[in-house]
Amino acid sequence: MKPPAVDYIRPRSLSEAIDLLARNGGEARVLAGGQSLIAMMNLRVALPGLLIDIARLPELAVASDDGDAVTLGACVTHAAVEDGRVPDPSRGLMPRVAANLAYRAIRNRGTIGGSLALSDPAAEWPVVLTALDAEVAVHGPNGWRSLKCAEFTTGIFETQLASDEIVESVRIPMLSAEARWGYLKLCRKAGEFANALAVAIADRGRNYCRVVLGAANGAPLVLEGTCRLVGEGRRDDIRDILAADLDRAAHRHFDEFQRNLHIVAAMRAVQKVLQ
Amino acid sequence: MTAIRLRINGAAVADDVSPRLSLADFLRERRDLTGTHLGCEHGVCGACTVLVEGEPARSCLMLAIACDDRAVETIEGFAGDRVMEALRRNFHQHHALQCGYCTPGMLIAARDLILRRRAGSEGEIREALAGNICRCTGYTNIVTAIIAAAEEIGEEAPNA
Repeated sequence: MKPPAVDYIRPRSLSEAIDLLARNGGEARVLAGGQSLIAMMNLRVALPGLLIDIARLPELAVASDDGDAVTLGACVTHAAVEDGRVPDPSRGLMPRVAANLAYRAIRNRGTIGGSLALSDPAAEWPVVLTALDAEVAVHGPNGWRSLKCAEFTTGIFETQLASDEIVESVRIPMLSAEARWGYLKLCRKAGEFANALAVAIADRGRNYCRVVLGAANGAPLVLEGTCRLVGEGRRDDIRDILAADLDRAAHRHFDEFQRNLHIVAAMRAVQKVLQ
Repeated sequence: MTAIRLRINGAAVADDVSPRLSLADFLRERRDLTGTHLGCEHGVCGACTVLVEGEPARSCLMLAIACDDRAVETIEGFAGDRVMEALRRNFHQHHALQCGYCTPGMLIAARDLILRRRAGSEGEIREALAGNICRCTGYTNIVTAIIAAAEEIGEEAPNA
């Protein structure tokens, strides 16, 4: 279908965008790449009264590297990550994820900040950025605050972003030279949303390990038991430990098929970092 | 209605649009550029793919108003473009279309693939074309035509 009637403003600065958002209450939606929002408007799932287009704001297109972390502006596109046009803190993980995210025409416009703000449970960035222990900077009328990705997404399309706040950037700690990562996305057709998504990071140089599942009927699911196993470098009873982690997530209500997909995805991701 | 100015296929265009008008409907209904096809209207089928600022984009997922001051290229454009010329000829020679509905988006996606990475292997081409749905051909002749065009272009591909 076609998008419903809507008003549209393209502010010239982030502060103007925040003012507009504050003045228009629940009516307004922030438009970045639009690769989900316009689709949702076409499907009449989203019915905003006003679109505030931030896609061209120069302050949201920045990318910087301070040696400890890379900061990516909210409007950095998936294609920019795929092509290595922005610094990569993840030793190849993020470009690899971006290259398999939807289709190139979508990646050219879709943004990392938009993906976080929407927090589709099957989307890649909330899961991958949780695994990398990234922090989201959000800006509202009362200033700026920073949240760990692991806390930012709270559920299915649910985040801690207030209705008058805009995602400004994401700060991603740099993996050390000793870091290993594993990534597996299971879906039936290239470019689709994931049926299962697992990311494992083992960074001995920073004494950091994390294993996270996506498409997990809620926010990215951190597998605590499996994280400990990876931290200890053990590979004996991965499947049992994974199964126990999933048992602890009973509130996610995985059916047998989903449970098996998650175990397979997580096992393969974990095996990559234990090799 | 809001005034916009943009370039379409190299020509300066000025028009007034309602904010809800998609780029695809603007091109088709206001500019009579009906080579841009609409299939799913939610970004999955790829039939409406055009270039915005030189990069493939879904024209069903862009508002015309957001293309103010931007350059758009549709399948009616690409005059003198060597890669597009090779693709068009090879699509014809290898019978890479039947009904033709997906073809405009398919050609624009294929051109981008050749320019960015010399098309790649058959498997890579097939994976990249997952974003352009064809329900007639089974893709075999499309992939053959893209490989043939990429070989013709060879070393000439400027960004390859």
